[in-house]
Amino acid sequence: MDNGRCLISCVQAGIGYDNKAILENFNFKVFEGDYICVVGENGSGKSTLIKTILGLIKPVSGQVKLHDTIKNGSVGYLPQQTQIQKHFPASVMEVVLSGFLNSMKKRPIFKAAEKKEALRNLNRMEIVSLRKKCYGELSGGQQQRVLLARALCAAKKILVLDEPVTGLDPAAASALYDILEKLNKEGMTIIMVTHDLENITNRAGKILHISNGNYFYGSVEEYVHSDYSNIFG
Amino acid sequence: MKIIIQMMSYPFIVRAFIVGILISLCAALLGVSLVLKQYSMIGDGLSHVSYGALSIAVACGIAPLKLSIPVVIVAAFVLLRINENGIMKSDAAIAAISASALAIGVAVTSFTTGMTTDVCSYMFGSILAMSKEDVILSVILAVVVLVLFIFCYNNIFAVTFDESFAKATGIKVSFYNTIISVLTAVTIVLGMQMMGAMLISSLIIFPALSSMRLFKSFKSVMISSGILAVICFCIGIIISYVYSVPAGASIVIVNLCVFVIFFTVQKTTMILKIE
Repeated sequence: MDNGRCLISCVQAGIGYDNKAILENFNFKVFEGDYICVVGENGSGKSTLIKTILGLIKPVSGQVKLHDTIKNGSVGYLPQQTQIQKHFPASVMEVVLSGFLNSMKKRPIFKAAEKKEALRNLNRMEIVSLRKKCYGELSGGQQQRVLLARALCAAKKILVLDEPVTGLDPAAASALYDILEKLNKEGMTIIMVTHDLENITNRAGKILHISNGNYFYGSVEEYVHSDYSNIFG
Repeated sequence: MKIIIQMMSYPFIVRAFIVGILISLCAALLGVSLVLKQYSMIGDGLSHVSYGALSIAVACGIAPLKLSIPVVIVAAFVLLRINENGIMKSDAAIAAISASALAIGVAVTSFTTGMTTDVCSYMFGSILAMSKEDVILSVILAVVVLVLFIFCYNNIFAVTFDESFAKATGIKVSFYNTIISVLTAVTIVLGMQMMGAMLISSLIIFPALSSMRLFKSFKSVMISSGILAVICFCIGIIISYVYSVPAGASIVIVNLCVFVIFFTVQKTTMILKIE
């Protein structure tokens, strides 16, 4: 599967905050077209790793290199939903268009091409009909699709999702997984933090399991036969 | 109409009109972002800090605005930082700071001048208080706020809606948070002379709350809040003139009425839709 370009490479990296590494000597490569699940207990450093990949915090030691094509905020990011957003008065279109902000620099108005692209992404999420609806009045699953469409507007090659199925019912979660699988087949690289290991192992290509400063990184098959898979049962 | 012409013959009312319209507009625009980020109480907290600073300034014989503007800006910073670093829950921090500032203000005044009408007008406001300096400051403030909201509208939306995503796309989130808190601080210091320390926060909260009843996109909520704030201020100040009610109180009551109307309209349309 390692046939594409290497988008992200961590070499002997120390991942953590304030010069304290949660994870040391971390070696991790992400190739174009990968579908990687990041699992681990709360506090194991998953979110810190995600922030490092997004360039929000620097590695404590070693190197984290991003390929030129995904520098400058063009990673599609789906953060955890906040309480504030649940009833936010914003139209779906406003939310999705805000995904283009990284490419706008100082320009105050969205281009027609960007609006078209936003509609295309809504279409990929099968929610074009909701474009004029109020974000705060949608169901949890619909909101998540809107945020995914926004992430797609920012993403050229890679999507990073932080616990995307939290709070979704099983049907909505599985619909979201279907969409991700489709995107991955179209060539999108996906890194997803999740606790929902049961439903994901048959879809993901690789697993990164972080636990107590150690980690496992390999294919799903290798993972199932490793000691790490027992932690989650 | 006659009443308005009559009112405009008093220079102090004209000044109050100019300052009031501009401050209401600024407070409403900033308010949409603050209310949505659940910082509604920040207006209340900062106005009490402003009261404390004003009474110290009066006691020491310093020009009130020269002391209170920097002090309130510092307080706004502190409140934001406390929240960002998660040291304390922001509602608790605001409550603590606002009570302390009010207490210091009251103590300082009773030591020096005693509870004079000056102090009373800081508490509940007075339209007589507007000086030429206030007019100039509020024009500058309004220009800055409008420029910010027109040219950085999309970034303000992104920062309000989702800080994590905004950060990841390279928007300077703390820069926007800082500038919004500085502008809020200045708005409150200028506005509280007219509205009073007790009532100024309503200018921040009410227009946004009312607009959110009926409007469902961020842009329409913003525009509606701005318009509502100006209309409510004008009606409020006319009522205040005609019935000799303190301006702050009548403006808040007009805002409350608008909120109730919008709320009723929202509920009835919802019921009609279901049927």
